[in-house]
Amino acid sequence: MKKLTVDATVENIEKVTAFVNEQLEQLNCPLKAQMQIDIAIDELFSNIARYAYNPKTGSATVHVDVLQDPLSVVVTFIDNGKAYDPLAREDPDVALTAQEREIGGLGVYMVKKCMDEISYEYKDGRNILRIKKKI
Amino acid sequence: MKITEKSNGNHLCISLEGRLDTTTAPELEKVLSGSLEGVTELTFDMGALDYLSSAGLRILLGTQKRMNKQGSMKVVKVNETIMEIFEVTGFADILTIEP
Repeated sequence: MKKLTVDATVENIEKVTAFVNEQLEQLNCPLKAQMQIDIAIDELFSNIARYAYNPKTGSATVHVDVLQDPLSVVVTFIDNGKAYDPLAREDPDVALTAQEREIGGLGVYMVKKCMDEISYEYKDGRNILRIKKKI
Repeated sequence: MKITEKSNGNHLCISLEGRLDTTTAPELEKVLSGSLEGVTELTFDMGALDYLSSAGLRILLGTQKRMNKQGSMKVVKVNETIMEIFEVTGFADILTIEP
Protein backbone atom coordinates (compact mmCIF):
# COMPACT_ATOMS: atom_id res chain seq x y z
CA MET A 1 0.00 0.00 0.00
CA LYS A 2 1.27 3.45 -0.94
CA LYS A 3 0.19 6.56 0.86
CA LEU A 4 0.39 10.31 0.31
CA THR A 5 -0.68 13.06 2.70
CA VAL A 6 -1.05 16.60 1.40
CA ASP A 7 -3.00 19.75 2.19
CA ALA A 8 -6.51 19.37 0.82
CA THR A 9 -6.31 22.13 -1.78
CA VAL A 10 -7.31 22.33 -5.43
CA GLU A 11 -3.66 23.07 -6.26
CA ASN A 12 -2.69 19.64 -4.92
CA ILE A 13 -5.00 17.65 -7.23
CA GLU A 14 -2.12 17.48 -9.69
CA LYS A 15 0.21 16.06 -7.04
CA VAL A 16 -2.33 13.42 -6.01
CA THR A 17 -2.96 12.48 -9.65
CA ALA A 18 0.77 12.12 -10.33
CA PHE A 19 1.16 9.95 -7.22
CA VAL A 20 -1.68 7.60 -8.21
CA ASN A 21 -0.57 7.46 -11.86
CA GLU A 22 2.89 6.42 -10.76
CA GLN A 23 1.37 3.34 -9.10
CA LEU A 24 -0.89 2.67 -12.10
CA GLU A 25 2.02 2.78 -14.52
CA GLN A 26 3.82 0.10 -12.54
CA LEU A 27 0.77 -2.11 -13.05
CA ASN A 28 0.65 -1.40 -16.80
CA CYS A 29 -2.82 -0.01 -16.29
CA PRO A 30 -4.66 0.55 -19.61
CA LEU A 31 -4.78 4.23 -20.57
CA LYS A 32 -8.56 4.42 -20.54
CA ALA A 33 -8.85 3.07 -16.99
CA GLN A 34 -6.08 5.44 -15.91
CA MET A 35 -7.92 8.42 -17.37
CA GLN A 36 -11.15 7.35 -15.65
CA ILE A 37 -9.31 7.09 -12.34
CA ASP A 38 -7.72 10.51 -12.95
CA ILE A 39 -11.19 11.97 -13.54
CA ALA A 40 -12.40 10.36 -10.29
CA ILE A 41 -9.47 11.95 -8.42
CA ASP A 42 -10.32 15.34 -9.89
CA GLU A 43 -13.96 15.03 -8.82
CA LEU A 44 -13.43 13.59 -5.36
CA PHE A 45 -10.33 15.47 -4.27
CA SER A 46 -11.71 18.80 -5.50
CA ASN A 47 -14.82 18.19 -3.35
CA ILE A 48 -12.63 17.53 -0.31
CA ALA A 49 -10.53 20.61 -1.09
CA ARG A 50 -13.59 22.83 -1.36
CA TYR A 51 -15.83 21.57 1.40
CA ALA A 52 -14.16 19.35 4.01
CA TYR A 53 -12.47 22.08 6.03
CA ASN A 54 -14.09 25.18 4.56
CA PRO A 55 -13.30 27.98 5.39
CA LYS A 56 -10.14 26.58 6.98
CA THR A 57 -7.73 24.14 5.40
CA GLY A 58 -6.60 20.73 6.52
CA SER A 59 -4.89 17.67 5.18
CA ALA A 60 -6.08 14.66 3.23
CA THR A 61 -4.48 11.27 2.81
CA VAL A 62 -4.70 9.17 -0.33
CA HIS A 63 -3.99 5.42 -0.29
CA VAL A 64 -3.47 3.22 -3.31
CA ASP A 65 -4.00 -0.52 -2.83
CA VAL A 66 -3.71 -3.24 -5.43
CA LEU A 67 -5.95 -6.32 -5.35
CA GLN A 68 -5.45 -9.50 -7.36
CA ASP A 69 -7.99 -11.74 -9.11
CA PRO A 70 -9.17 -9.72 -10.84
CA LEU A 71 -6.41 -7.13 -10.83
CA SER A 72 -7.95 -3.99 -9.34
CA VAL A 73 -6.86 -0.72 -7.87
CA VAL A 74 -8.45 0.76 -4.78
CA VAL A 75 -7.93 4.46 -4.13
CA THR A 76 -8.98 5.71 -0.69
CA PHE A 77 -9.41 9.37 0.25
CA ILE A 78 -9.35 10.21 3.95
CA ASP A 79 -9.92 13.59 5.58
CA ASN A 80 -10.71 14.79 9.10
CA GLY A 81 -13.15 17.46 7.96
CA LYS A 82 -16.90 17.78 8.28
CA ALA A 83 -18.82 14.54 7.88
CA TYR A 84 -20.11 14.47 4.32
CA ASP A 85 -21.39 11.54 2.32
CA PRO A 86 -21.16 12.44 -1.38
CA LEU A 87 -23.06 9.27 -2.27
CA ALA A 88 -26.16 10.32 -0.34
CA ARG A 89 -27.05 12.90 -2.93
CA GLU A 90 -29.68 11.98 -5.49
CA ASP A 91 -28.36 11.28 -8.99
CA PRO A 92 -28.95 14.11 -11.48
CA ASP A 93 -31.54 13.70 -14.23
CA VAL A 94 -29.34 13.17 -17.26
CA ALA A 95 -32.24 13.16 -19.71
CA LEU A 96 -33.03 16.89 -19.55
CA THR A 97 -32.32 19.41 -22.33
CA ALA A 98 -29.43 21.90 -22.10
CA GLN A 99 -31.70 24.71 -20.92
CA GLU A 100 -33.17 22.57 -18.15
CA ARG A 101 -29.90 21.05 -17.04
CA GLU A 102 -28.02 22.07 -13.97
CA ILE A 103 -24.55 20.88 -13.29
CA GLY A 104 -24.69 19.94 -9.61
CA GLY A 105 -23.97 16.36 -8.64
CA LEU A 106 -22.60 15.43 -12.03
CA GLY A 107 -19.04 14.82 -10.86
CA VAL A 108 -19.87 12.16 -8.31
CA TYR A 109 -22.39 10.65 -10.72
CA MET A 110 -19.63 10.27 -13.34
CA VAL A 111 -17.41 8.58 -10.78
CA LYS A 112 -20.20 6.14 -9.87
CA LYS A 113 -20.64 5.25 -13.54
CA CYS A 114 -16.94 4.87 -14.38
CA MET A 115 -15.74 2.96 -11.30
CA ASP A 116 -16.63 -0.61 -10.39
CA GLU A 117 -17.30 0.24 -6.75
CA ILE A 118 -17.53 3.35 -4.62
CA SER A 119 -18.12 3.43 -0.88
CA TYR A 120 -18.21 5.98 1.92
CA GLU A 121 -17.95 5.71 5.67
CA TYR A 122 -17.50 8.15 8.51
CA LYS A 123 -15.37 6.59 11.21
CA ASP A 124 -13.42 8.02 14.15
CA GLY A 125 -13.99 11.57 12.92
CA ARG A 126 -12.77 10.78 9.43
CA ASN A 127 -14.45 10.76 6.03
CA ILE A 128 -13.30 7.65 4.19
CA LEU A 129 -14.18 7.51 0.52
CA ARG A 130 -13.06 4.54 -1.52
CA ILE A 131 -13.16 3.78 -5.23
CA LYS A 132 -12.31 0.50 -6.91
CA LYS A 133 -11.52 -0.08 -10.56
CA LYS A 134 -10.65 -3.31 -12.34
CA ILE A 135 -7.70 -2.82 -14.64
CA MET B 1 -3.89 22.43 -21.02
CA LYS B 2 -3.20 24.26 -24.24
CA ILE B 3 -5.96 26.34 -25.81
CA THR B 4 -5.74 27.51 -29.42
CA GLU B 5 -8.28 29.86 -30.98
CA LYS B 6 -8.87 30.20 -34.71
CA SER B 7 -11.31 32.77 -35.89
CA ASN B 8 -12.83 33.04 -39.37
CA GLY B 9 -15.54 35.67 -39.64
CA ASN B 10 -18.28 34.64 -37.24
CA HIS B 11 -16.85 31.14 -36.86
CA LEU B 12 -14.59 30.44 -33.91
CA CYS B 13 -12.74 27.16 -33.45
CA ILE B 14 -11.21 26.42 -30.07
CA SER B 15 -8.74 23.51 -29.95
CA LEU B 16 -8.02 21.93 -26.60
CA GLU B 17 -4.95 19.90 -25.76
CA GLY B 18 -4.27 18.01 -22.52
CA ARG B 19 -6.74 17.76 -19.66
CA LEU B 20 -9.80 19.87 -19.00
CA ASP B 21 -10.28 19.52 -15.25
CA THR B 22 -10.66 21.50 -12.03
CA THR B 23 -7.18 22.98 -12.37
CA THR B 24 -7.36 23.97 -16.03
CA ALA B 25 -11.07 24.82 -16.45
CA PRO B 26 -10.60 28.45 -15.29
CA GLU B 27 -8.20 29.05 -18.23
CA LEU B 28 -10.86 27.99 -20.72
CA GLU B 29 -13.52 29.98 -18.92
CA LYS B 30 -11.34 33.07 -19.23
CA VAL B 31 -10.77 32.55 -22.96
CA LEU B 32 -14.48 32.02 -23.58
CA SER B 33 -15.55 35.04 -21.58
CA GLY B 34 -13.61 37.26 -23.95
CA SER B 35 -14.13 35.48 -27.26
CA LEU B 36 -17.79 34.68 -27.87
CA GLU B 37 -19.04 38.14 -28.71
CA GLY B 38 -20.54 38.04 -32.24
CA VAL B 39 -19.68 34.37 -32.76
CA THR B 40 -22.51 32.46 -34.46
CA GLU B 41 -20.65 29.22 -35.10
CA LEU B 42 -18.50 27.73 -32.38
CA THR B 43 -16.44 24.56 -32.69
CA PHE B 44 -14.56 22.79 -29.93
CA ASP B 45 -11.83 20.60 -31.40
CA MET B 46 -11.07 17.88 -28.84
CA GLY B 47 -8.67 15.90 -31.02
CA ALA B 48 -5.79 16.42 -28.60
CA LEU B 49 -7.81 16.46 -25.38
CA ASP B 50 -7.13 13.46 -23.12
CA TYR B 51 -10.19 13.79 -20.92
CA LEU B 52 -12.51 16.18 -19.17
CA SER B 53 -14.06 16.15 -15.72
CA SER B 54 -17.29 17.78 -14.51
CA ALA B 55 -15.47 21.12 -14.36
CA GLY B 56 -15.21 20.85 -18.16
CA LEU B 57 -18.81 19.68 -18.54
CA ARG B 58 -19.94 22.72 -16.58
CA ILE B 59 -18.23 25.01 -19.11
CA LEU B 60 -19.59 23.09 -22.09
CA LEU B 61 -23.12 23.29 -20.69
CA GLY B 62 -22.87 27.02 -19.98
CA THR B 63 -21.42 27.67 -23.42
CA GLN B 64 -24.07 25.50 -25.13
CA LYS B 65 -26.79 27.50 -23.37
CA ARG B 66 -25.22 30.75 -24.54
CA MET B 67 -24.71 29.51 -28.12
CA ASN B 68 -28.34 28.31 -28.27
CA LYS B 69 -29.22 32.02 -28.11
CA GLN B 70 -26.66 33.37 -30.55
CA GLY B 71 -25.90 30.62 -33.04
CA SER B 72 -24.67 27.04 -32.99
CA MET B 73 -22.00 24.98 -31.31
CA LYS B 74 -20.42 21.65 -32.09
CA VAL B 75 -17.80 19.41 -30.57
CA VAL B 76 -15.49 17.48 -32.88
CA LYS B 77 -12.81 14.74 -32.72
CA VAL B 78 -13.88 13.29 -29.38
CA ASN B 79 -11.88 10.31 -28.09
CA GLU B 80 -13.40 7.15 -26.61
CA THR B 81 -12.95 8.15 -22.96
CA ILE B 82 -14.57 11.53 -23.52
CA MET B 83 -17.40 10.01 -25.59
CA GLU B 84 -18.18 7.65 -22.72
CA ILE B 85 -18.32 10.62 -20.34
CA PHE B 86 -20.73 12.40 -22.69
CA GLU B 87 -22.88 9.26 -22.88
CA VAL B 88 -23.16 8.51 -19.16
CA THR B 89 -23.88 12.13 -18.29
CA GLY B 90 -26.49 12.65 -21.00
CA PHE B 91 -24.27 15.25 -22.71
CA ALA B 92 -24.29 13.13 -25.87
CA ASP B 93 -27.91 14.26 -26.33
CA ILE B 94 -27.27 17.89 -25.43
CA LEU B 95 -24.20 18.52 -27.56
CA THR B 96 -23.78 18.29 -31.30
CA ILE B 97 -20.91 15.83 -31.63
CA GLU B 98 -19.27 15.28 -35.00
CA PRO B 99 -16.27 13.19 -36.12
